[in-house]
Amino acid sequence: MATQNLSMPPKKNRLNNIEAFFTDIPKKILLKKFDIPKGISEMETKNKLKHILKKNIPFDEAPSFLGGSVKPHYVPAVVKAIVNRSEFFTSYTPYQPEFSQGILHVLFEYQSMIAELTGMDTINISTYDSATALGEAALMSSRITKKNRFIIPANISWEKKTVLRNYVNNLGMEIQELRYQDDGLVDISELNTKDVAGVYIENPNFFGIFDTRLDEIRETTENTILIVGINPLGLALMRPPNEYGADIIIGEGQGLGNHLNLGGSLLGIFGCKKNHVRMMPGKIVGATHDKNGKRAYCMTLQTREQHIRREKATSNICSNEALCAVGATVYLALLGGLGLQELAITNMERANHLAALLKKYGFSFPFKKQFFNDFVAISPINSKKLNDALLKRKFQGGLILKNWFPELGESFLFGVTEMHSIELINGFAEEIHEILQTIEKT
Amino acid sequence: MKEERYQMAYYPELLLNELGTNEEMDNSRNPLPVSLQRKTLKLPTLPESEIVRHYTHLSQMNYGIDTGIYPLGSCTMKYNPKISEEIANWDVVTQVHPYQDDTTIQGSLQIMFELEKLLCVITGMDAFTLQPAAGAHGELLGMLIAQAYHKENGERRDEVIISDSAHGTNPASAKMAGYTVIEIPSHEGVVDLDALRSVLSSKTAAFMLTNPNTLGIFEKDILEISSEVKKAGALLYYDGANMNAIMGKARPGDMGFDIVHLNLHKTFAAPHGGGGPGAGPVGVRKDFKKFLPIPRIRRDKKYFFSYAHPKSLGKISQFYGNFPVLLKAYIYIIMNGGDGLTKITERAVHNANYMLDRLKNSSYLIPFGKKRMHEFVASAINLKREKGIRALDIAKRLMDYGFHAPTIYFPLIVNEALMIEPTETETKKSLDDYIDALIKISKEEPSIVKTAPHHTSFQRIDEVEATKNAIHNWKEIARLSVSK
Ligand SMILES: Cc1ncc(COP(=O)(O)O)c(C=O)c1O
Repeated sequence: MATQNLSMPPKKNRLNNIEAFFTDIPKKILLKKFDIPKGISEMETKNKLKHILKKNIPFDEAPSFLGGSVKPHYVPAVVKAIVNRSEFFTSYTPYQPEFSQGILHVLFEYQSMIAELTGMDTINISTYDSATALGEAALMSSRITKKNRFIIPANISWEKKTVLRNYVNNLGMEIQELRYQDDGLVDISELNTKDVAGVYIENPNFFGIFDTRLDEIRETTENTILIVGINPLGLALMRPPNEYGADIIIGEGQGLGNHLNLGGSLLGIFGCKKNHVRMMPGKIVGATHDKNGKRAYCMTLQTREQHIRREKATSNICSNEALCAVGATVYLALLGGLGLQELAITNMERANHLAALLKKYGFSFPFKKQFFNDFVAISPINSKKLNDALLKRKFQGGLILKNWFPELGESFLFGVTEMHSIELINGFAEEIHEILQTIEKT
Repeated sequence: MKEERYQMAYYPELLLNELGTNEEMDNSRNPLPVSLQRKTLKLPTLPESEIVRHYTHLSQMNYGIDTGIYPLGSCTMKYNPKISEEIANWDVVTQVHPYQDDTTIQGSLQIMFELEKLLCVITGMDAFTLQPAAGAHGELLGMLIAQAYHKENGERRDEVIISDSAHGTNPASAKMAGYTVIEIPSHEGVVDLDALRSVLSSKTAAFMLTNPNTLGIFEKDILEISSEVKKAGALLYYDGANMNAIMGKARPGDMGFDIVHLNLHKTFAAPHGGGGPGAGPVGVRKDFKKFLPIPRIRRDKKYFFSYAHPKSLGKISQFYGNFPVLLKAYIYIIMNGGDGLTKITERAVHNANYMLDRLKNSSYLIPFGKKRMHEFVASAINLKREKGIRALDIAKRLMDYGFHAPTIYFPLIVNEALMIEPTETETKKSLDDYIDALIKISKEEPSIVKTAPHHTSFQRIDEVEATKNAIHNWKEIARLSVSK
């Protein structure tokens, strides 16, 4: 049976002639043939999908050490159990708060926990991903300052750059890139913020490096909007961006209880200081009370949004990534502050462990600074060759940077998390060692 | 009929920080230099069992399509097949990294490749991208494509026309793509051709339209509309939020649309997730293909991501789109098949008309004739005049019967609008119960209706106070003047 759960047609005659409903469609364009194969049963569907998807090689079968904004993290069973509760995932955006207190309450906790981590006051319930969050942040900085120049480090991901351009290009905004220094940090020494709408800085940055110049950042961006790109896990150790002058924060929340999913269903984190909240994009949950004085939650400041303000809205965003925010909330609840800190330390230690091994096997390290769970290392052999050889040995190597950072030669961005046990890292490094030796011999 | 026997669960649930304890931050093992270390981190600690209870309680104070009918007009809240959830939770789906080598994601690539083709067939377009993460995101991409197209032709066109019945994302997206928005009034619920002609010019970049429109009325003049738009050298953009009304019956491509977005979380049965993730794939005619985001998905024995497309706009999302949502749409399409999808359309339209038919002789007004596709808009204007009952009150009162409200106050051109879209997955009984409740409410004591809901976890929630309070996190909760 293909079409499930359809209602039975009522017996009323005038409704029985289905074709009558479609007479407004001009005859000329009525579809004669719908060229989609006939339906199949649920069992056949499942078998077909099994057959197709077994051509994917998941993390367990070929562990990856790919760096970047999205990484494998363990998703606790509790997170899955809660996120898979259909009361949550089969609900719509909570426009009727009396029927949706559950998810509104969760999202208020989400906002609260990200606010605690980042030191911002108001967090929206998500943007599509961290790249679109950057685009929205640039637009927001321009709304606040009425200026059009936006400054970014040259060393952010190419994906963020291209998405950013698509968000701002047609609105007369101009993007200016700041080169990075020899230590891998963005060069802010000549930063001039005159006529600048906003400055974007990542901490830790795309190369995984912690920025140590917090006072300097605060001082040089004092007269403009400072947007800090955060890693929520890194913030378990690191001073929150409000302490060095951030007005807006963005980040990727996928690592908080969400799977890799081929980089789909990400969680764009977006927050700001209270004074800018009316310029903010996206949906916000606020606390209030019901008629009987019980504390309650609802979506708030909706006059910023498209369904009310239309073209004058702060953004076009409507559907977002709320369920990923639910996952992040349960995840943070499970770990608590101490657990998150512990996890961050583990991530950092594991990354350092791999780096040390790679150093032993002849990799060089262009940047000498302390890094979090991503780092850049330059391979003694062609990076593509190394990755291909690793793949044969059931490993995904690091992310090859050559296309975007040719000056870094045969460099990789490695990403290491708690999913990479010490044994796994040792095994990976051992394979690399062997590959290098075989190549040396030939 | 459920009537007042319905009672939503209620738990006096505190916030997590009120339930748990805050442990002191221990920086003794923090590898960062002291000057970089954070000093406090107030994320509470709770036992796992308490966390599960907390969120289970909260879920029980939330209404989803699995709980009952959810006829939000324009939102297409249909039942989401469980098999899709099961498959989307497989490791071969969840444990796959976006930067993995193409040869290790052949399954995902095949699904995306085939889904693009299926969506082409369903819409009559020549090519699709799956990258946009939601409908509005697709609209933005569509408008960027329009910009790129006109620019390539050496034309400066900076106006986008929308109808006054358009969804708010249409004008917002056009604006974000740098356009000036021109709104035209509709006539009798459909596009007024004269009004359209009067604003079409060499400055018009595109006309954004959904068909059937947000009133649920099929734009009969669609072929004239499209030829007028073309004559002006402008593009026709299709907001596919209402595709559930025509799938298998008609295609935007055949109507003359140049760029189309679909909401896979509506027509294609991916759950809405309490607000997302969704997916808003964009389809285009041949001429616009070159502008689509990279990577494109290609096949040459094996499937691969292809990046060498110099005219491409680049990216609109960080990676390739919301894969789990794409997967669910794919499953839905192949499981139902062409025959099933057509039946779905018929039943969706049938259900809406059945409800409409039953509402005709009630106190609800049905503006603009009586024929609709998959949804219709009723007006509570009479009830407001006679009894002071607003659409909002009716929406709240419906909850006392255990039903979710329709979309209210949209489209903006209908006063006290109740926009009802039952979808195909409701039974006759479910439709009857809903209409019975609507009619009953119209006859109820206004004092009961205006103070509704009475049987939900919470009674009417003060949204004005939320704006005034501006309490957006638990640190600020002390400012709330009420108890827990
Ligand atoms: C008619 C219409 N257009 C566009 C949208 C926007 O879609 P999304 O919420 O996926 O961004 C919606 C849904 O809210 C809609 O109903």
